[in-house]
Amino acid sequence: MELLAVFAPLIAFLVAGIWGKAIGDKGCQLVTCTAVVVAALCSITLFFDMIGNLEEGGLVYTTEVMRWVSSGDFNVSWSIKIDTLSIVMMCVVNIVSACVHIYSIGYMSHDPSKGRFMAYLSLFTFAMLMLVTSDNMLQLFFGWEGVGVASYLLIGFWNHKHSANSAAQKAFVVNRVGDFGLALGIMATFYVFGSIEFSTIFDNPALYVDKTISIIGYDFHALTVICLLLFMGAVGKSAQLGLHTWLPDAMEGPTPVSALIHAATMVTAGVFLVARFSPLFEYAPTALMVVTIFGALTAFVAATIGMTQFDIKRVIAYSTMSQLGYMFFALGVSAYGAAMFHLMTHAFFKALLFLGAGSVIHAMSDEQDMRNMGGIWKKIPVTYALMWIGSLALAGFPFFAGYYSKDIVLEAAWADQTWFGNMAYWLGIAAAFMTAFYTWRLLFMTFHGEPRASQKVMSHVHESPATMTGPMIVLAVGAIFSGYVFYGGFVGSDGHHGQDHAKAIISSLDDHGGKHGEPTHKSEKSVAKKAHGEERGASLWTREYFWQDALIVLPENDTVEAAHNVPFWVKKMPFLMAVLGVLMAYLLYIRVPDIPAKVVTSFKPIHNLFFRKWYFDEIYDTIFVKNAFRLGRIFWISGDQNTIDRIGPNGIAGLSGRIAGGLSKFQSGYVYQYAFVMMITLIAIVSWFVFKADPSFYNSTTFETLSGITGNIPVKGMEE
Amino acid sequence: MVIGLSHYLILAAILFTIGVFGIFLNRKNVIVILMSIELMLLAVNINFVTFSAYHGDLAGQIFTMFILTVAAAEAAIGLAILVVFFRNKGSIAVEDISSLKG
Repeated sequence: MELLAVFAPLIAFLVAGIWGKAIGDKGCQLVTCTAVVVAALCSITLFFDMIGNLEEGGLVYTTEVMRWVSSGDFNVSWSIKIDTLSIVMMCVVNIVSACVHIYSIGYMSHDPSKGRFMAYLSLFTFAMLMLVTSDNMLQLFFGWEGVGVASYLLIGFWNHKHSANSAAQKAFVVNRVGDFGLALGIMATFYVFGSIEFSTIFDNPALYVDKTISIIGYDFHALTVICLLLFMGAVGKSAQLGLHTWLPDAMEGPTPVSALIHAATMVTAGVFLVARFSPLFEYAPTALMVVTIFGALTAFVAATIGMTQFDIKRVIAYSTMSQLGYMFFALGVSAYGAAMFHLMTHAFFKALLFLGAGSVIHAMSDEQDMRNMGGIWKKIPVTYALMWIGSLALAGFPFFAGYYSKDIVLEAAWADQTWFGNMAYWLGIAAAFMTAFYTWRLLFMTFHGEPRASQKVMSHVHESPATMTGPMIVLAVGAIFSGYVFYGGFVGSDGHHGQDHAKAIISSLDDHGGKHGEPTHKSEKSVAKKAHGEERGASLWTREYFWQDALIVLPENDTVEAAHNVPFWVKKMPFLMAVLGVLMAYLLYIRVPDIPAKVVTSFKPIHNLFFRKWYFDEIYDTIFVKNAFRLGRIFWISGDQNTIDRIGPNGIAGLSGRIAGGLSKFQSGYVYQYAFVMMITLIAIVSWFVFKADPSFYNSTTFETLSGITGNIPVKGMEE
Repeated sequence: MVIGLSHYLILAAILFTIGVFGIFLNRKNVIVILMSIELMLLAVNINFVTFSAYHGDLAGQIFTMFILTVAAAEAAIGLAILVVFFRNKGSIAVEDISSLKG
């Protein structure tokens, strides 16, 4: 089952990639869509298997496919690790991927290379599945780089566009910075744990709490170093502040790609990574603090930028970045379940929003600038309704998916009761306000008001075909119900259990600094869990049973539990902010449309700061890109051209040319010269042989003897 | 003065050298080259005859006869080639014959 779920997309990729010409566009679409739908069904089956087995400990096993590396102590195999975390990720990836595959049939219908596109999408799906099902860090790295490559190929899919090519390169290069950290993290893990298999690393990380790594003479806390390096990889892949600049540019790719890779799945790989390594992060409080700070700042900064952008896809891209920030600060306050919950709901509604944006772009004849849209909601009612659902879910309106996940994230941040947790909460609240604002700004600018597009474009506006709306409806169902249905499993708890925990947390809040868990917490926990389960019997739909040992949270760090007991205003704040944001957008873009321009002029510096994306691109350009070019030019001109080339290839080539030129003078065409050369050579060779055979030849005796004889003895014949 | 073996050999060597130089230093005429070749062959003949007499062995003189025959044939063919060549190229100056250069 799990083999089929993971390898079906690979087979589809190979078939569509190698025999794409032979089976044609239709064949490619059929093969890839079937494979991914089959994979999605398999993962859903796995999910239900797991739900059915909650009491017996869920579904936890590893299927080894093949040995990969076996060298001394270093053993790695290709294998599929099944536990709640990977099943959830497989479901998300496969369902969204299936929707996007089918959507692409409609969206890419005018594109000349559909087969290639479908093949890339399947390749991406496979790489992502490899990433989430890995049971060791090397396979994880393989998947990590695999999705990077697929992302590169898909961003630059329209390779006739210069901007698409440079965006693809930017994405690849920026990701490389993060991947460097990840690679170092893997090495550090091997150095500390002597293994990169999850089962070994996570067995008992508490034993390694006191270990240190010595870097250039200083001793650092080993687990913190590992976690920070891993987080560096996550920052790159998940577009967190600092390494986020590639994500908005990645919108150069086709919209289905943005929906699948740059909203729903690949960018959440960083969240998955941190959640997967929760057993290590739990013992590295400093790393958790860094994660929280990064996440909170990203959520805030991205939201501010999102308010000012005009490209419909870029707005959603910054929104994605902002939501990823939410996930990260949830991770940072140890609310891994909440982060995964938000990851899942976000995958649904953000993919929905992107596909909706794609549908709008499709309807508007490839127009992406919101300033040229407006007044089209009557013409594309299905897309309009679906966009509303996505927006409501994103802004966190009650009973939509985002409401449950975003609230638990913010509550967990508040419940952490540390300065960075508080900071994350308030920045998150601010971001929630801005999220609602820019989402409705997008809706109003795109669908309402006076039509700003040209007459020709407006007359072309049409509802998308069923291949596009169908997948969107599936995602909309997810965007509406996934929050309510899965709340219990991902983050829920039964009240009784929660009270105990809340007490434990409150007592542990006093000595928050010393977060050293007892080494045996796991066994105790499972014993407690068993006893508890017998006592209660019925309610298994809680996070304890759902996550099992896939996510490890130390009892004193358990903010999700505490989040259920926060004050009323903390719970209601996000919703209040969302309503305010919507009202403000309504006021600014429907009621009094001249206000935005006035606001822009009166707050020029701030608006510029936001509109120019906090000058990140400019700063990086000055510091890194320009200097890299300068350095590159130095090496290129003086190093390569003037040293290596001049002495090496060019030098040798020039020398042989000169020698050949000299030699060619010998071929004069005059027979007498040839004859002369032959003659001289013959004489030289004969002399050489004579001299070698008898070195005494030059001794005058021979000559004297010869001349002596000849001198005295007359020639017989001559006498007569 | 007794004319000895060495005198003959020296004469042959001088003739041979004149022949060689005639080939190499000649800039004018292909006929001169042919004549030089004859000269070299004759120098060789003299050597043969000299050593034949010196050793009392007739084989050398018989060989000389062969060489004279070959030389005559060669002169005839060479001159024939020259005539044809002149007819084709209009010149038999050594400087003009460099089509081997390619």
